[in-house]
Amino acid sequence: MFTCGVVGVIVRRNPIVIFMCIELMLNAVNLTFLSFARYQYVLPTGSPADVKNQIQQTAINGQIMVIFVMAVAAAEVAVGLGIIMAIFRLRDNVDLDELNLLKG
Amino acid sequence: MAFGAIAGVVALASLGVVAFNNAIRSALCLVLTFFLLAVLYFTLNAQFLGIIQIVVYTGAIMVLFLFVIMLLNLGGINAVMQKRDPKIIFGGVLGFALFSLVAAQVLLPLQGVTTVRAPDDFGKPEYLGSALFSNYVWPFELASILLLIGIVGSILLAKRRILSPAMDALNAEDAERGVGE
Repeated sequence: MFTCGVVGVIVRRNPIVIFMCIELMLNAVNLTFLSFARYQYVLPTGSPADVKNQIQQTAINGQIMVIFVMAVAAAEVAVGLGIIMAIFRLRDNVDLDELNLLKG
Repeated sequence: MAFGAIAGVVALASLGVVAFNNAIRSALCLVLTFFLLAVLYFTLNAQFLGIIQIVVYTGAIMVLFLFVIMLLNLGGINAVMQKRDPKIIFGGVLGFALFSLVAAQVLLPLQGVTTVRAPDDFGKPEYLGSALFSNYVWPFELASILLLIGIVGSILLAKRRILSPAMDALNAEDAERGVGE
């Protein structure tokens, strides 16, 4: 999923589709975090109580990370779509290869 | 087993997001991807995150995307079509290289990891809530500030007229340029 998102960001020209591919990448990362948190490839390096605590910590860490990635993605979508709409109001086409406003 | 089947459809749907020329079809593929990901989260015993995925991603973010696509009328026949051939080939090669790099690092140590080691109440809201408010208070507050900044920023980006006498020069320039129809 992550690779699809990266290829999409490189290849597509419509900025909204590029944005959707960024969201795809974020979701791929979410899935990875959750799977790792559940199936927990931790190396046992201490007493059993220590390992149990470590396992619980990792489980919670994975989910907390996913929550924060979702929150950041939501904020980023709002601001990014606002930017795209502002650009589109200025010039009536949204072709990415012709967006050279920052060109010196 | 169910994970494999659902994950296969997720991979196909994400290929569909990239491959369709029509922006609306890409958006609908993305909706399918998010919904299937929520189902996957449920099979991974993370119920709270599955519901949050449906509500936040499918219900809010994708709706926002579809609104913007239909507002800017980007899905039609006169939409932005793909005509840049060398970039597609380069993108494909790069994607394949990235995939093999990631797969070589990740897939080999993970052969046969099937023992679930997380505790059984892995995805319950109480478990997450107690951790969120005890160990992770700082990131929680910072995330709320970030969301506030996002709200303020998007309102500012959508504003057309700034109503105050001090902004008359800005408003005149806006009117002359034709912004705000």
